[in-house]
Amino acid sequence: MLPYTTFFVLSMFIGREVLSKVPQTLHTPLMSGSNAISGITIIGALVSAGMVGGVWAKWIGVIALVAATINVVGGFMVTDRMLEMFKKKSQDA
Amino acid sequence: MLSTGFIAGAYLVAAILFIQGLKKLQSPVTARWGNRLAAIGMLLAIVATLFSQKILTPAEMIGGLVVGGFFGAVMAKRVKMTGMPELVAAFNGFGGLASALVAGAEIARMVEQQLEFADPVNNIGAYLSILVGMVTFSGSFIAFLKLSGKMSGNPIQFTGRYIVLATCAAAIVGSIVWIVLGGDMILLITILAGLSLTLGILLVLPIGGADMPVIVAFLNAMSGLAAAATGFVLSNTVLIISGALVGASGMMLTGIMCVAMNRRLWHVLVGGFGGDSDDSSDGAKQLADGRTITSTTADDTAILLSYARKVIIVPGYGLAVAQAQHQVRELADVLQEHGVEVKYAIHPVAGRMPGHMNVLLAEANVPYDLLFEMDDINREFESTDVALVVGANDVVNPAARHDQSSPIYGMPILNVDQAKTVIFLKRSMRPGYSGVPNLLFFEPNTRMLFGDAKDSVTDLVTEVKAV
Repeated sequence: MLPYTTFFVLSMFIGREVLSKVPQTLHTPLMSGSNAISGITIIGALVSAGMVGGVWAKWIGVIALVAATINVVGGFMVTDRMLEMFKKKSQDA
Repeated sequence: MLSTGFIAGAYLVAAILFIQGLKKLQSPVTARWGNRLAAIGMLLAIVATLFSQKILTPAEMIGGLVVGGFFGAVMAKRVKMTGMPELVAAFNGFGGLASALVAGAEIARMVEQQLEFADPVNNIGAYLSILVGMVTFSGSFIAFLKLSGKMSGNPIQFTGRYIVLATCAAAIVGSIVWIVLGGDMILLITILAGLSLTLGILLVLPIGGADMPVIVAFLNAMSGLAAAATGFVLSNTVLIISGALVGASGMMLTGIMCVAMNRRLWHVLVGGFGGDSDDSSDGAKQLADGRTITSTTADDTAILLSYARKVIIVPGYGLAVAQAQHQVRELADVLQEHGVEVKYAIHPVAGRMPGHMNVLLAEANVPYDLLFEMDDINREFESTDVALVVGANDVVNPAARHDQSSPIYGMPILNVDQAKTVIFLKRSMRPGYSGVPNLLFFEPNTRMLFGDAKDSVTDLVTEVKAV
């Protein structure tokens, strides 16, 4: 328990340090991008979906996998779409 | 089959890529690569997991990836930039659901294989994951319905809500205690999931439109915490690290939104502030007693703007609703050709989620170095000739500064009233999201240019060109 809690707490601090310097301009991409990262639960879903032995466990895992993949693929793609639009003043510089 | 050491190494690299990716979001120049680094990290984690498992049933795994990937890609491609808040809410929901289900699958596996529930840590992690994940799922679903206009943005209150809420929360605690005391696992977990779904709905239903940016950020944090809780269940550090990072991100944004609206998270969750603004509000009429407004025309405004040295444009959500971003950029371009210095002042809650307005303006090719945050530009209004307020209201209402009786008192605002002239582009006199009337409309240095924002700005462009 303790080592995991340590990971958790320290990561929260790293997150706060790194993210507090993100400018307001990028807060929406930050949300959608970090949201995609929270889809990391996909690796848990893969394990469950690929499981043999338990029927219930497997099918719950498959639903989890679909939901997590929507989150991951959609999240990264939409963030990329947004960030592509951010341009500096160029033509009239 | 790879060794466990190798898998752990891959997860470590993935976690580093996530942190590096997020760090690159500190500047618009590097942000796109940052997002790609994070995506590469995710791919690495997925591939490592696929290799680490005994892939005896590849059909389900690949099928799940293909189906989810297809829907995710279609949603990401199709969404309009104005629809970003509801899309992020939906993705939050899927993330929360996935985390809860993974915890559920783990419990189902233990029950089916008749394993002992010996490790209390794993179990507590599982209950928390199901609780937080399911609340995120149903809460995000309601937020999605509200943001996309499929459900009224007005706070939905009913008598006895607090009693229902308290009962629900108590039942959740009760079911967890019962599980720990050795009740029927499957039955109680199902009850826990159902109660958590209900709690999510009860929490978000009464939240008004004005508070939506806070709640979207809050649900973002919850989806991260759900993933972290699932990490405790699976004893998987990369889940814990990533979930904590996202949790920190969401909490930070929630905090920023609360400060920007001078609201406490608790008060937001209690709910009921602001709805869809509607003309029936009589606030403006009461105020209009004995006061006069000065309305103006497009050609007068065009002259004022063309001969100004410095113009600050203050966009609000009304601008996005009218889809006038492109016209506003054109106006700024034409003014710059006239030698006018043009800047944009963006209030943190200008859009419907943190940073939303910046994305909407980026879509219209407004360079991001012309967009200024509230604290950076507020002292510039004194030296500004014209503040052009397009579809914003509450965020420039001076009542927030001095009227202690106002519901928005204490909210930080853009000091447009310090500019020599303030021009409001508005459809009518109706108050903003908060429902609070704006006395600035009646000030002598304020001009009202009534009409649809898009039409008004288009007229302004034509007139400025003719000057």
